[in-house]
Amino acid sequence: MGINGESKYKSLLRFITAGSVDDGKSTLIGRLLYDSKSIFEDQMDHIVQSSKRLGRQEVDLSLLTDGLRAEREQGITIDVAYRYFATPERKFIIADTPGHIQYTRNMVTGASTANLAVILIDARKGVLEQTIRHTYIASLLDIRHVIFCINKMDMVNYDEAAFSNIKTDLLVLVRKLQIEDSHYIPISAKFGYNVVEPSENMRWYQGKTFLRLIETIEIKKDKNSREARFPVQTVIRPLSEEYHDYRGYAGRVAGGTFLQGDEITVMPSLLKSKIASIDVMGKTFSEATAGDSITITLEDPIDISRGNMIVKSGNLPLTSQDINLMACWFNERPLKVGRKYLIRNNSNETTCVIKSVNYRMNIDTLEKDIANLTINMNDIANISIRTSKPLFFDSYSKNNITGSLIFIEEGTNETVAAGMIMEE
Amino acid sequence: MNINDEHLKELEDEAVFVMREVAAQFEKKVILFSGGKDSIVLVHLAKKAFWPAKIPFSLLHIDTGHNFEETLKFRDDLAKELEIELLVRLVQDSIDRGKVLEETGINASRNKAQSVTLLDAIEELKIDVAIGGGRRDEEKARAKERFFSHRNEFGQWDPKNQRPELWNIFNGHKNIGEHFRVFPISNWTELDVWQYILSEKIKLPKLYYTHRRKIFSRNGVYLAWAPFMQLKPAEKVFEADVRCRTIGDITCTGVTLSKAKSLEEIVSEIAATRVTERDGRYDDKRSEAAMEDRKKEGYF
Repeated sequence: MGINGESKYKSLLRFITAGSVDDGKSTLIGRLLYDSKSIFEDQMDHIVQSSKRLGRQEVDLSLLTDGLRAEREQGITIDVAYRYFATPERKFIIADTPGHIQYTRNMVTGASTANLAVILIDARKGVLEQTIRHTYIASLLDIRHVIFCINKMDMVNYDEAAFSNIKTDLLVLVRKLQIEDSHYIPISAKFGYNVVEPSENMRWYQGKTFLRLIETIEIKKDKNSREARFPVQTVIRPLSEEYHDYRGYAGRVAGGTFLQGDEITVMPSLLKSKIASIDVMGKTFSEATAGDSITITLEDPIDISRGNMIVKSGNLPLTSQDINLMACWFNERPLKVGRKYLIRNNSNETTCVIKSVNYRMNIDTLEKDIANLTINMNDIANISIRTSKPLFFDSYSKNNITGSLIFIEEGTNETVAAGMIMEE
Repeated sequence: MNINDEHLKELEDEAVFVMREVAAQFEKKVILFSGGKDSIVLVHLAKKAFWPAKIPFSLLHIDTGHNFEETLKFRDDLAKELEIELLVRLVQDSIDRGKVLEETGINASRNKAQSVTLLDAIEELKIDVAIGGGRRDEEKARAKERFFSHRNEFGQWDPKNQRPELWNIFNGHKNIGEHFRVFPISNWTELDVWQYILSEKIKLPKLYYTHRRKIFSRNGVYLAWAPFMQLKPAEKVFEADVRCRTIGDITCTGVTLSKAKSLEEIVSEIAATRVTERDGRYDDKRSEAAMEDRKKEGYF
């Protein structure tokens, strides 16, 4: 046992919440924090005061997550807000992402680091365009687990048929989008039913409560486990007396497992060597796996710099200058075919030109649109690019670190798009 | 990799990754060092990120002049031990030069004035990145902060126009005169920080442990007493066993009644606590959007 008798191996789960404006997302999060006793007294005092001032009849738990002044004034969430809570089993990081049409980019942002997506649906309204959009984005970003919370069950008299009908519609969607693991829970965030505690009103629901489900979902297997990938962030050369000849490559393992003694190949030079040591502040480890921040030393003094990638020999990434990807456009200025952008894939930066827009995804109907190829802010499209030098990568579905990139506009330096590399 | 708690290890891996991105993407790099536990944890993470090389950052302390003695000694010793440059800029200098007006009155604090001194230091020293110990769990406005937070040429933050931050890709591109604030421990909570300090055995100033101190109570917060502080007629100074939950400018740092002598005892206390550490920060109590307003002006 660890500190405070808590489990020593408490894990971390990151999830996003998505829903339409009034689906009760903020209320659900407020409820989770409140019922898991993660709201502190001073925060609660604050909410009680604010609720009164705003003339709400009950304490409005959604006020807990609406962070910025504009949101408090308009009562809407306009940017990704991160929230934290823990139970004895797990620590949770919630990315609360907005449901407005104009803020798709925020959901994509939140989804890029999430293990799980929670999608809220109003039991009175059922599956809406937004539901399709949110589920599509979850599948596009390759989130393996999706929980559909059918909220406001109190407004439909806790009717099982209302829930089942929505679930039937969702199953069709989930199959179409090939979501691996989906769950369906009838809840009332307002009253807390099936959030942390089960409800007498919905005895027909035999499944886990929402909290129990997110505490127990297995996420370990999801990590980029197959291809061993190590993008080099920086080279460590102390040049001190004690470590005069030390040359270490610092980075975070992006996939697979590296063992001391492994034969490795450096991308793009294709030079080969063996791992001499895996170091973390004076300690040497025999292996490192996806997610570990480490420093690798090699047996041979070969030239490696930031932007290079160390991989296990015999399992090399793809190398190409012509890349097909799904891109989500973030900028007010539309995408321009023929224009050059900087792209960043891991620690590697290069220039690319957008060759073509192949189709625009209609994310409300899931149809490929080839008639209107103007890509505006919040649009998702399949595009082809050509890079100024070969890129080494995996497809996004194999590895979401080596298979993802961002587009940076020269001049403004803004991140204008995110891209997920498609299978060849 | 030597941490048993899986979630702490993941937070550490993430923070080390961010530290290395900062080292690779910027020129003149500083850690904003207040002597508080969060900035001490930052220094520890930087050590981890670059071992066996020296930390490639300087320490920058924006000194309000209202310090706890011990913090300054701790700061000086740490810089000496790590063999890194320590930069100190004084709020008093900004006041003397007329760049900022000293607040007056009973709740006078130099906490806000720090922003002016910090922005001046960034300009003077041509700093293009300042690493801070800000955490998203601290306060509502911070909950929306990015890891890499862009500041325009006036040092201001625009919460409605932040760069999207995806996967582990951090875009540190900027124009001349602009800078970034980077927050490697964004995803940590107060309890995570304490558990990490415990598991890594990180040395802290003694102020964080129980000690006897002269204090007084104001609006339900216990404040450390110092000779330059004005008291209201009803406020009485008395001695008690306390520890600091955060350490900042002495005029707005609350203390907690506590007998915790060890890190284990502090962690148990924090785990059981029912108020946030910012509850003891007088500066946040001024208005509902106090932090958001200060951040837009260029605060930490």
